[in-house]
Amino acid sequence: MSILIDEDTTFIIQGITGREAVNMARECLDYGSKLVGGVTPGRGGRDVHGVPVFDTVKEITSKQRVDASVISVPPAFVRDAAFEAVENGIKLVVIVTERIPRLEVAQLIEFARRHGARVIGPNCLGVLSPGKSRVGGMGGAAVAARRAYQPGPIGIMSRSGGMTTEIANALTAAGLGQSTAVSIGGDAIVGSAYAELLPLFEADPDTKAIVVYSEPGGPMEAQLAKYVKERGTRLPIVAFMAGRFMDEMPGMRFGHAGTIVEGKADTTSEKIARLLDAGISVAEEIADIPGIVKQRLGEVKG
Amino acid sequence: MRFYEYEAKAVLAKRGVPVARGGVAHSPDEAERIAREVGGEVVLKSQVLTGGRMKAGGVQFASTPEEARAHADAILRLEINGQSPRGVLVEAKSPVKKEFYAGVIYDAVAKLPVAIFSDMGGIDIEQVAEEHPEHVARAHFSTFQPFQEFRMKELVASLGVSGNELGALTRVMSKLAQTFLAHGLTLAEINPLAQLEDGSFIALDSHLDMEDEARDGQAALLAELGIGKEETRQARPPTPFEIRGAEVDASDHRGVAGRVVEFDGNLGCVIGAGGGSLTIFDALRKHGGRPANYCEIGGNPSVKKACGLTKLILSKPGVEKICVIMNVVSNTRVDIVARGVIKGVVESGYDPAEKIAIFRIPGSWEDEGFKILEKYGVDYCDRTVPMSEAARRAVEKVKAGA
Repeated sequence: MSILIDEDTTFIIQGITGREAVNMARECLDYGSKLVGGVTPGRGGRDVHGVPVFDTVKEITSKQRVDASVISVPPAFVRDAAFEAVENGIKLVVIVTERIPRLEVAQLIEFARRHGARVIGPNCLGVLSPGKSRVGGMGGAAVAARRAYQPGPIGIMSRSGGMTTEIANALTAAGLGQSTAVSIGGDAIVGSAYAELLPLFEADPDTKAIVVYSEPGGPMEAQLAKYVKERGTRLPIVAFMAGRFMDEMPGMRFGHAGTIVEGKADTTSEKIARLLDAGISVAEEIADIPGIVKQRLGEVKG
Repeated sequence: MRFYEYEAKAVLAKRGVPVARGGVAHSPDEAERIAREVGGEVVLKSQVLTGGRMKAGGVQFASTPEEARAHADAILRLEINGQSPRGVLVEAKSPVKKEFYAGVIYDAVAKLPVAIFSDMGGIDIEQVAEEHPEHVARAHFSTFQPFQEFRMKELVASLGVSGNELGALTRVMSKLAQTFLAHGLTLAEINPLAQLEDGSFIALDSHLDMEDEARDGQAALLAELGIGKEETRQARPPTPFEIRGAEVDASDHRGVAGRVVEFDGNLGCVIGAGGGSLTIFDALRKHGGRPANYCEIGGNPSVKKACGLTKLILSKPGVEKICVIMNVVSNTRVDIVARGVIKGVVESGYDPAEKIAIFRIPGSWEDEGFKILEKYGVDYCDRTVPMSEAARRAVEKVKAGA
């Protein structure tokens, strides 16, 4: 099994005629994903690699089931695109665009929640369930994605889209395939944080362990540690913390928008301490992750 | 982007939060004039974007305009935590009875703004929350209008405030929360929020932060405050090297070759992307390397951009070699980065085989990329070599000077 998406997931791309989105459409189709349509206002009636383009989301959802939408429009148009997807009954909204004001992110997430929809991102590369489907551009060209991602028992949650593929590649090379990899987004507020996705992985019998890629800034790691400490989890979790050098440079912004350190709890040293305290392993190197995962899986079996 | 206190107070006053009479002065003459207009006792506060003003001597009281002039003269010359003041705020001294705290931030767990209220103002709220949690109350509120003022009433009332104070504090909290929403702020703080002898409330100090992403939508406010696009207010002003990095990034709309941050090292970094750069930078330092810069490339930058960035880094005095490292790339093309970097090295008058310590970018179009690197004799590695190992090799080469 997988989480969020599987081989039957139908989805659309909002902003499909944009340069990046055209590539993404090609890559998703090549991977075997069920990309059923695209939306760009004023471009209705055209097609992108054979995928029909419409002016409105409603034109597609009124005719067929659409499980998810990937939003790849300029920052100023993202909030309304998300409203449109959610209002038309789409339950999974993946936002690729970065540099959206935090207020608008909060608004679209609040709106989605009220309608029972889930947001992944913003500032993410999407979701990939190896061998089943990919919603978004993660992994690049289909041939490259198949090389880095293989089906298997490991779930990945990552604040960096690029590092998701790096980690998947390391796992695959060590014979550890993945159930689903989620690029959760690099912004200060994202639709689905680690602790919100963990229950989905727990409910997936095929997932046996989790790898988490984290960064400075925000309460997401502390939230995960608290969740695991209070409720426990059947899944061994191995985390990697990037940006340790930022602890020495408060107030500077590196990497993603979400890395800005606004308090002591945002530093990597504080986050690592909390993760360890919750029984989550913290790898020193990406290359160490597969070994630690295998060791933790061995403990579970034993 | 943090606002100066005088700017924050101007924003609050416009939205109906009471502030003391006064204004910002840029010279002792101006300070004296404002003090005379205000009349009576005044407080003079250094306008810097850092804490610890009081301790550093950046806050003084004056009974006469002449005294105000003398204090302003000293404050305007006083550097605080390495910052020269933007000006000196001259305000009527307020007879304070009690100090409160009012703040609004985003709660990334709830994914909503949260208003924070305390009846222990004037000190750091994190300290109050740690030592006296019963004196701190929080209330989330919706990001959709219309604003629900009752939530602020519940918040204030939860600490036992009632009578006339309840209405007055509810109004201040509501105005602060609405200012936060209206101006794309990520922090809006009034501390202390003072109750005066006559029972009225006034914002004695304020800290407002606006995120970069909100600046386009807040152009009118920023223009009104006289804050130009070039004023980034980062932890430190950008260096000429960083400004040139931003120019390289802006030279072409394709991909990213930017967010260049200058360091004092000998190993130039052409690294990416967002998370990859953080990981590589940690690895270089862990292996004893001294990076000359931080940067992020990604989103498939053009040859021109990768070339421009490489030339910029190589032009920095003290850079001995460069390392070119990224995570397994999806949409960035290995061959295009290889071509751009090699072009940059050659145009700078160096031999790529000697100047590029290591090239480790696996992923899209890697076979084409590796062919180019081979042609120029550049030491490269594929995905079987971890990022950290590539970083180690680069550091060793620089150390060996080979």
